[in-house]
Amino acid sequence: MICHFHNLQELRHSASLANKVFIQRDYSEGTTCKFQTKFPIELESRIERTLFEDTVKTLNNFYAEAEKIGGQSYLEGCLACTTAYLIFLCIETRYEKVLKKIANYIQEQNEKIYAPRGLVITDPIERGMRVIEISIYEDRGSCGSSSGSSSVSGSTAR
Amino acid sequence: MSAVMITRKVRKWEKLPGKNTFCCDGRVMMARQKGVFYLTLFLIVGTCALFFAFECPYLAVHLSPTIPVFAALLFLFVLAMLLRTSFSDPGVLPRALPEEASFIEMEIEAANGNVPAGQRPPPRIRNVEINNQIVKLKYCYTCKIFRPPRASHCSICDNCVDRFDHHCPWVGNCVGKRNYRYFYLFTLSLSLLTIYIFTFNIVHVVMRSVDNGFLNTLKETPGTVLEVLVCFFTLWSVVGLTGFHTYLISLNQTTNEDIKGSWSGKNRVQNPYSHKNMIKNCCEVLCGPTYPSVLDRRGLMQLSPVSEFSANDTDASPCSSSTDSSNSSKTLPSTKRAILCLHKPRPPPIRNNPTSDDLKASITDTAHTSPAHSQAEESSAAKTPPLATPETDAEASVAKSH
Repeated sequence: MICHFHNLQELRHSASLANKVFIQRDYSEGTTCKFQTKFPIELESRIERTLFEDTVKTLNNFYAEAEKIGGQSYLEGCLACTTAYLIFLCIETRYEKVLKKIANYIQEQNEKIYAPRGLVITDPIERGMRVIEISIYEDRGSCGSSSGSSSVSGSTAR
Repeated sequence: MSAVMITRKVRKWEKLPGKNTFCCDGRVMMARQKGVFYLTLFLIVGTCALFFAFECPYLAVHLSPTIPVFAALLFLFVLAMLLRTSFSDPGVLPRALPEEASFIEMEIEAANGNVPAGQRPPPRIRNVEINNQIVKLKYCYTCKIFRPPRASHCSICDNCVDRFDHHCPWVGNCVGKRNYRYFYLFTLSLSLLTIYIFTFNIVHVVMRSVDNGFLNTLKETPGTVLEVLVCFFTLWSVVGLTGFHTYLISLNQTTNEDIKGSWSGKNRVQNPYSHKNMIKNCCEVLCGPTYPSVLDRRGLMQLSPVSEFSANDTDASPCSSSTDSSNSSKTLPSTKRAILCLHKPRPPPIRNNPTSDDLKASITDTAHTSPAHSQAEESSAAKTPPLATPETDAEASVAKSH
């Protein structure tokens, strides 16, 4: 049974965290930032596969754009080197500009697509660019499924 | 007894695990041992000061005024590169939060299946194929993550660093993905500066000796002898190091991989990261994108410990980490929040009034400690050591043996 929420605020107030899914990095093309598009089983009942894949593919495209090694990155690198990299105190690097675009995109996706389905995507930069964390929420009242089933509660022994 | 709640906002760097020291409220990040870095700084600044004091006035008049100007520019560039290398985040990978760690553990257990009792479980390795080469990703027991390719755990700084090259005591920091190019430019420009000063010292001594005699010259400019000595010994090491790193860059290898012989060619293992073209490799390493730091050092987080007076330690107050992009919901049940915020285990500090909760005591203690700098030292000093595994021991010997 899919619980429907209208927006992020509603999610925050009336839902409890049930589980978290972590989309891992795809290293098949080297160390460039790319995430696996494999659809996790836990999300099967929550969101359509195509929507999820679209989100991950768009994120991958953003990261590829940020890390592209070409004319612009050479220019930026050489120019910065001549100023002993002090220019970065004034201007933003291309990567930082793309990261802002990514943050806006994720917020927009959360508001439009994921929060209404009880899911929230965490920006990978907050997890060290290692994983895309998707939090699955259950409605405390009507849906009534327990939050104890997750792996979250088992991590107390440290 | 009434509980006194002390809600305090801290910067995230104060609660970062690892053995780094932070300055300027999280803007500067270095390793703990900085003695050799101060020596480097002293040698560079001292030698250049002597050069400007003794040689430059003579050379500016008798040869050309551009000599001191160029020396000054080179000196400033060297200093800028050194400070940039030393003070920036080398590419530290943050440790896995508890949920991610247990998710990975579950995946490992599922992959291992049932291990018979008494048998050691298989080593935690993930195989990935990169450019038709199988690369093994090792599991880091300290950071609780599978290390990305080319990442390694520095035991001196107690962090996993992306594209880990080596830990350099001369710059007082690790050299990794984010600061490798600054490190290379530092060694390159320092080589040039050393050669420059050495050459003009000789020129100056020769020119002056023609007029005054050799011994008189040395008496007039005693700094020359010192400079020549420093430059002579620096020359061999720094120029050699620059040459070595130029070689590594042309092959797109790290010092760590070179020492371990990862791509030495035995078993037909080739470097999957190399573009097989020296120019392309150099361009990627030196002119590639400037990667951002994934450690949000200056972000704010709230810490509200329960007072020492309350006997019951189970109701740790909720705290939430607030970041700039706080759109993703972080509403969690209170026990999970407590785990997330106070997840650093610490040995009990010795105090007059022992409390039941170590964490409470150390947090209220840090609330009273005035300098934030010593806070970072204290919090990172009072940590349980990472699990000793063959991997971390190997890293230690590699990290120290460059």
